[in-house]
Amino acid sequence: MSERASVRKEDEQTETDEEQAPVTTGAQSVVRALENAGAEYIFGVQGGAIMPVYDALYDSDITHVTMAHEQGASHAADAYGIVSGEPGVCFATSGPGATNLVTGIADANMDSDPMIALTGQVPTEFVGNDAFQETDTVGITQPVTKESYFASHSDTVGDDVSEAFALADAGRQGPTLVDLPKDITQGETDVEPKAPETPDTYEVPEEADDEAVQEAAEVLSDAERPVILAGGGVIKANASNALREFATEYEIPVITTMPGIGSFPEDHELSLEWAGMHGTGYANLAITNTDCMLAIGTRFDDRLTGGVDSFAPDADVIHVDIDPAEISKNIYADHPLIGDARQVLRQLFDAMPRAPDADEWREQCQTWKAEYPMSYDTPDDEPLKPQYVVEHFSDVTDDDTIVCTGVGQHQMWASQFWEFTEPRTWVSSHGLGTMGYGVPAAIGAKLAAPDQEVVCFDGDGSFLMTVQGLSVAVREQLDITYVVLNNEAVGMVRQWQDGFYEGRRMASEYPWIPQFDKLAEAFGAAGFRLEDYENVEETIAAARDYDGPSVIDAHIDPGENVFPMVPSGGDNGLFALNEDHLDEI
Amino acid sequence: MPGPAPHDRMRPEGRRNSQGIRVDPEAEATHEPRQAVLSALVKHRPGVLAEVSGLFSRRQFNIESLTVGPTSDDSIARMTILIEEPRPGIEQAKKQLQKLVPVVSVMELEPEALRRELALIKVGGEKPDDVNAVAEMYDGQAVDASTDSVTVEITGSKQKIDAAVEAFEQFDVQEIVRTGAAALERGPKTLEKHD
Repeated sequence: MSERASVRKEDEQTETDEEQAPVTTGAQSVVRALENAGAEYIFGVQGGAIMPVYDALYDSDITHVTMAHEQGASHAADAYGIVSGEPGVCFATSGPGATNLVTGIADANMDSDPMIALTGQVPTEFVGNDAFQETDTVGITQPVTKESYFASHSDTVGDDVSEAFALADAGRQGPTLVDLPKDITQGETDVEPKAPETPDTYEVPEEADDEAVQEAAEVLSDAERPVILAGGGVIKANASNALREFATEYEIPVITTMPGIGSFPEDHELSLEWAGMHGTGYANLAITNTDCMLAIGTRFDDRLTGGVDSFAPDADVIHVDIDPAEISKNIYADHPLIGDARQVLRQLFDAMPRAPDADEWREQCQTWKAEYPMSYDTPDDEPLKPQYVVEHFSDVTDDDTIVCTGVGQHQMWASQFWEFTEPRTWVSSHGLGTMGYGVPAAIGAKLAAPDQEVVCFDGDGSFLMTVQGLSVAVREQLDITYVVLNNEAVGMVRQWQDGFYEGRRMASEYPWIPQFDKLAEAFGAAGFRLEDYENVEETIAAARDYDGPSVIDAHIDPGENVFPMVPSGGDNGLFALNEDHLDEI
Repeated sequence: MPGPAPHDRMRPEGRRNSQGIRVDPEAEATHEPRQAVLSALVKHRPGVLAEVSGLFSRRQFNIESLTVGPTSDDSIARMTILIEEPRPGIEQAKKQLQKLVPVVSVMELEPEALRRELALIKVGGEKPDDVNAVAEMYDGQAVDASTDSVTVEITGSKQKIDAAVEAFEQFDVQEIVRTGAAALERGPKTLEKHD
């Protein structure tokens, strides 16, 4: 459990002794377990089978945020987990409530985000009978959670929740689920839940083997073209500072994965920003040409590697990961270091015999930065470019501003043209690529960090998928700026159709979408329409000034596409900078 | 257009194979699939078999057989899983299996480990003596007989059972059931609960 949660737990323990009445039902035990674990918020939707737990919540200090759809509840909990580092909690009832949560659970699972989902279930005697609003929630969610529990007794249901909470937070973080049959939560019990503790079969490695660390350090020191590849695991392990110290001391260029954005400041001289399908040209060239890669907390997703045969083909790979199953799953690790990223970085720091002799290589990386800059055309007569909107917004905000996104072209522009310098400020759906992630994720992010500015870049297609979440942002008066980069299309699909399907735009153009500024006003949020370069500054300023949720409907150049691009399964070093390059590779 | 075009850029000679292993650019290094016996101790509780079999199917491991049964400890069951995979696949299967929360420990058994399978074979009842004679050749025995059928039980290696099944085909085989392998390491070595 994190430091913050445990501190809170101690505080509450004192209160428990003085004020809290003993539990009398399974549902109260569930809520007590969440309180003990330090849960602050629950994102959920009421329903028949979960009603006893909601009834118990009536007396709790935990704040419940009623979402407009269960998918939003799981995304909000996921984003809360990313920003706070502690498991986000979501609730849903049985059947459709539970199945609606699944997308967000699968999303959290792919990105190793800490989350606990609690679902109502029909009473035990009806389980298996196809009762009203019954689904096999444990069966459905087992493949997309660290563990799914089926609560079987009122005396132990609180322990199940405690364990699930601890498990979500331990080692490689991820989602867990507890399915709660109504008779179990209604049932009488006076058993207080145990303290959060992971199951005895779950072992988390801490420090990596010293000998292996020493070997890896020698290899890295001998490298002529070293790079560090920092994944989302660096942020999850709170290892960003350790990474900065290590990279700066030994002067090794740092590339991040897309989930690793924020683990290393993008304005740092050693930063090559992020690699992968739409990563920077210089990061992809460095990945291709490195002779030694220190990869930390990454699972070598195919959007990062492109075709494995051409991924870092000259490199000795040192792979640091807390999950042994990630070692040599996609890219063979010559030097696996299994352990917590922060600990292992410290071990490596001490073990390095010398800094690699890599002046020439660093110079080469700088040359690539100059040769392949991230840029876009902005002639005055062109329609508004999305990159400009992102870049301007980035320029006027503080370093700790949190950026959430949906999924699509807008997500790539946001990641490319926003300058990230701090961990836990980039909240996006990576592995699962869930359109509709943005609206509810911004809600979870804002509640996790109320003092930080939150902006959500969304696309028109993605925004429309969870737009009902605006009602929640309005009700809670959350100061979030939504920017819809509106090109009247599911732009990424259209881009692929144009590039790889001979321009046959089947079902990708959305000329019938609503006016999002008006829609925002209908929800009770502030709405702005943005069409021209000259209005960017004042519109963004007005939206940021509005105290509450605001939506900028930014009509961007529908012809704009995302580049650089490595075609699916392609060679990272052969990234395309435009459509012509695509024909070449 | 900034920078050199795609094929004019700096790049090294090397490459990796489909398993992400760095190889000689000229070589086509692949790992041939082999059979491996994984033995796992798991918490004996409802749903654990579904969890394990679900893992194997969704990760596309090529599973040959899976048997499960109780151990001397009431709370622990033992699974024997035969898979046929290239070496990296076997390693990955082991690690993914170990990751499941109800899994206590996993190991791959040595090739010379004891492996036994059970088959019950029901054949036509016209020639009971001949059936019995064949059963004896495979150390088996008739365990049920009626006027129309004889059922024999055979225990042994997969190869032995394959051979027995073939031999019984002369007697009008009506039904066969096979258990899949159960396996244990030879000698004093055991699969500890926490290794």
